[in-house]
Amino acid sequence: MSAEYSDARAPSSRSWWRLVAALAVTSSVAITAMSLPAAAAKHHKKKVPVDPYITQDLTAPGGALTGAGSTFDQPFFTKAFFEFNAKIPAVTVNYASIGSGGGIAQFQAKTVNFGATDVPMSPADIAKATGGQVLQVPIALGGVSVSYNLPNVKTGLKLTPAVLANIFLGNIKTWNDPAIKKLNPKVSLPSANIETVHRADGSGTTYIFTNYLSTISTAWSTGPGTGKSVSWPNGVAGQGNEGVAGLIQQTPDSIGYVELAYALQNNFTYAAIKNAAGKYVLPSLKSVATAAAQKPNITTVNFPIVDEPGAGSYPISGYSWALIYQLQPSSTTGTTLVDLLDWMTHAPGQAVAATLDYVPLPANIQALARSTLLQVTGPDGKTVLLTNGQSTS
Amino acid sequence: MSETTTQTTIQKSTAGRRFRLPAVHDRYFRGSLTAIAVLFCAVCLTLVVTLVIQARPAFAHFGFSFLTGTTWDPVRAHYGALPFIIGTLETTAIAMMLAIPIGLGTALFLVHVLPTRIRSPLSTAVELLAAVPSVVYGLWALLVVAPWVRTIIEPALAHITGGAGPFSGVQLGVGLLLAGLILFVMVLPTMVAISRDVITAVPADQVEAAYALGATRWQVLLRVVLPSARVGLLGAVTLAMGRALGETIAVTMVIGNSTAIAHSLFAPSATLASIIANQFTEATEPFHLASLIGLGVVLLAVSIVVNAAARLLVRSVGNRGTSSVALV
Repeated sequence: MSAEYSDARAPSSRSWWRLVAALAVTSSVAITAMSLPAAAAKHHKKKVPVDPYITQDLTAPGGALTGAGSTFDQPFFTKAFFEFNAKIPAVTVNYASIGSGGGIAQFQAKTVNFGATDVPMSPADIAKATGGQVLQVPIALGGVSVSYNLPNVKTGLKLTPAVLANIFLGNIKTWNDPAIKKLNPKVSLPSANIETVHRADGSGTTYIFTNYLSTISTAWSTGPGTGKSVSWPNGVAGQGNEGVAGLIQQTPDSIGYVELAYALQNNFTYAAIKNAAGKYVLPSLKSVATAAAQKPNITTVNFPIVDEPGAGSYPISGYSWALIYQLQPSSTTGTTLVDLLDWMTHAPGQAVAATLDYVPLPANIQALARSTLLQVTGPDGKTVLLTNGQSTS
Repeated sequence: MSETTTQTTIQKSTAGRRFRLPAVHDRYFRGSLTAIAVLFCAVCLTLVVTLVIQARPAFAHFGFSFLTGTTWDPVRAHYGALPFIIGTLETTAIAMMLAIPIGLGTALFLVHVLPTRIRSPLSTAVELLAAVPSVVYGLWALLVVAPWVRTIIEPALAHITGGAGPFSGVQLGVGLLLAGLILFVMVLPTMVAISRDVITAVPADQVEAAYALGATRWQVLLRVVLPSARVGLLGAVTLAMGRALGETIAVTMVIGNSTAIAHSLFAPSATLASIIANQFTEATEPFHLASLIGLGVVLLAVSIVVNAAARLLVRSVGNRGTSSVALV
């Protein structure tokens, strides 16, 4: 008995040591991994700020800013913050792309310096913000493409708003339906059933797409309606643009909607949609920019830019918004934050956005962003924006 | 002579070790264990209380229809959890229907058919499956298995059954069936590992006695090993089922995420966990958020009910006598 006892003890204490060693190795790896970004940041400090757009004063205060929200903005933000940090090494930004809902919640609770959302905060949301008056700045512009997978049709599908709505409502069930044939006389359409694909996760892309369908179809607006998640009449759903794109690619005879930047970067098929002027327009940076320019005076209440007039306008697009408090608790942090957003919404930042297939903000929207940022003050009541309306290079 | 000496030495050293610790250490040990246990209970309790408090607006507004409602419409703030409860139970049922016979078969094979030399590397291989992150299973299911399901499994099932009832409808690859299949793969290691331990624990003298009486291997496994291991095996099923009920990421990736009740195995569906994962991040409406948290409460309740049912089953089987091995 006791012999067994002592035998059993030895390996168990050895395995304890193994556990301790494993923990030590794991934690040291984790610590190394965590310190990597810091090392990378140090490396950038060697660079000298050269951008004439940003005043030298910014190099002093600020430090790390934190933000949270929209996943749509994430590629743009990541690259923009990296470029900004390369120019102003003192300013680092941590952005958590946890979704607009999470971004709004964290912004309301003041746990982040700024939030980002694909749909502006509603008055009810704003009422719950604990940091005073909320300002919303248009920060990125994107379109939504209607992608399809027809084995024999690689390009050239045309759709009208009514047909598009009826496909997603389930009223048009097959590809060779007379309504689709009439629009595409030269395309050989299969007799197969149409499989619709949509987003499973709540998303700004879904909001823009359903907002468009609600605008052009009463059956849609009184049916599923507009929202970041809606009750879809049919179809399958994937997570994120990549999930939807994957389902479309895997499923023959399917149709779905994908964020434009994603569709462009992955060489996706997309349909030309008939716009309000009666022209069939393919989604592109230019056609979305044309549509956005049709509505120079957007507000946080009247923000949709779907089904805009103009021969060259692509009808399905929308803005994403940054959220900041009008009264910044610290002038230095406020200055850094506001100048960062000003940089992002004007030429240098928008050039970064364009490299990622975001549509550059129209001039009047850039001006709107500037005038909104100029309202931001420090605790002393003074405007914190340093560039203060300087011309952008 | 020398054997006796060695034994005495060991006894002495063990005795020394055993009584070296003063009683006060014992008390500290007991105290810290109690603290850990209390802390754990407190965390569980806080979790439940927080969930219920945050879900209250939804429960208060919809009442019992939150459980029986079949519409999930965030635009009109109308929330019913029934499609997701059904989806959760269905995917779990598919997974368990496959995992129980196959997991049990694998365990019996490992313990009673394979030579001991090969057994341990193979067991380790099966257990390694449990260490694969669920997102990897999800990606594999979506990118590799889904096309197989769409082009081979679903047409074959539809052909064999004539495409009736649960085998009707469009064959998409993603959907209830694929979610069930991937859950089966994910719970299999749990099922095999525990079953193997339970089967190994069946007293060898019973097995040997049966062989000595001239029983075939089939008779030994069926009449001696399985009855003896019954209670422990039900424990394995309970644990595997727990994982299947709550699995989120992999299921979300392959279930097709439809908020309607699926009328076919091939149709897209959703589970309680998957709908929470999908909509939580962008839920800005207070009612939407409360309803999603309400789904969390429902999932907890479903898990408890299923677990309790399994336990009752264990007890009723245990009372019938023969079983001598209990694991859970």
